[in-house]
Amino acid sequence: MKKNWWKILSVVLLAYTFIAGLLGPVPRLPLLQETIRNLYFHVCMWFGMMILFTISMVNAIRYLRTFDLSFDRASRQYAGTGILFGLLGYATGAIWASFTWADPNKPLLNSFSTIARDPKLIGAAVALLVYFAYLVLRDSVTDLDKRARISAVYNIFAYAILFPAIWILPRILPSLHPGNDGNPALDVKNDISASMRLVFYPAIIGWTLLGVWITTLKIRLKTVQEKKRTA
Amino acid sequence: MQAIVDLLKKDLKLELRQQYSLYGLLLYIASTLFLLFMTLDAPEATVWNGLFWITQLFICINAVAKGFLQESKGRMLYYYSIASPTQFILAKLIYNGILISFLSGVSLLFYLLLMGNPLDKLNAFIFISIVGGISLSLVFGFLSAIAARAQQNAAIIAILGFPIIIPQIVLLVRISSAAFSPLLYISVPTVLLLVAMDALVVLLSVILFPYLWKD
Repeated sequence: MKKNWWKILSVVLLAYTFIAGLLGPVPRLPLLQETIRNLYFHVCMWFGMMILFTISMVNAIRYLRTFDLSFDRASRQYAGTGILFGLLGYATGAIWASFTWADPNKPLLNSFSTIARDPKLIGAAVALLVYFAYLVLRDSVTDLDKRARISAVYNIFAYAILFPAIWILPRILPSLHPGNDGNPALDVKNDISASMRLVFYPAIIGWTLLGVWITTLKIRLKTVQEKKRTA
Repeated sequence: MQAIVDLLKKDLKLELRQQYSLYGLLLYIASTLFLLFMTLDAPEATVWNGLFWITQLFICINAVAKGFLQESKGRMLYYYSIASPTQFILAKLIYNGILISFLSGVSLLFYLLLMGNPLDKLNAFIFISIVGGISLSLVFGFLSAIAARAQQNAAIIAILGFPIIIPQIVLLVRISSAAFSPLLYISVPTVLLLVAMDALVVLLSVILFPYLWKD
């Protein structure tokens, strides 16, 4: 029980996110209207993805310091959940964009190539491609220790190149996305009203904890499976 | 320092002795450009610029890939006994930089001959193509070390490298687009940003390569 408080916190925060997020007051803005509630879901997916990829990179560093395979397993699983969050971020973003950015006079798919040029979408796409490449690299090596070492090196290298890039690209490309003019995410203080921030911050924590929870379950499952295979 | 110079000399000597691989690369550039020449006639500036950098990317993968892939296991063991991993990776990266600077020049020459010359500032573009070529070679140089350790071919370098190289390519296309118009200037802060990213790549290579090197 003492160890599981954060799981309870995650459930409570997510219940609050859904109830207050769908029923609570939101500002009426032109074009955005009720779609603004997607903030509690879409933006939290990206925050979750970044945090999970960061945990994956930290585990890769810990693996290289100790050569303990359990860190490698954790690194792999956090990357997997990060990818899941990224895909969900794309899905929620696509719904949002189809109501706000897409040209209503054209078929929806025709707007895709214009929307996909947005620097934040490029950044997210690069992050996902990098971690897909990470999975391909892992599976291409059969030896366990070698696989762990090579993929940890790639993980750290890619993360260290990727994250400055995500901070740089939005500053040099034009964008429709909120939080423009150099901010890679969004300006929480000025872009989000006070009542929405009350739901937004707990939502980020709730979703991230859920991601960590899913990953710990996957790590435990993998550990058991590997034990069974070697026994 | 002496060890780096010696390793560099060894790579240069090897290149001159096994000339087929250098000629192979030159032929690769020539036939790629001839293919583009046959499929497009005199593209406009943005297309020219985009094509130039994509061609550089593929030349770079082919040139750099063999840097590590050609080293046999026994030879790696020999290097291990005479040099530190830092010296080894630095020598490789410098050698790749020299090779790519040369190949960039050749490729630019072919572009100007076959695809027309929409450039306004030729000298600036030569400078950017060399700086850009070196940036590409640094990233792919380290990735080829990873690919060699994973016992994979050049295809995995492309898979690992393309997502990572996107920011640099975007920066390069933006910097070099100014060379096509008499009204625009080359943005010095963006060039410095590129150099900063190169420094980051070198730093990471030096930190991470020892982990790849040990067996």
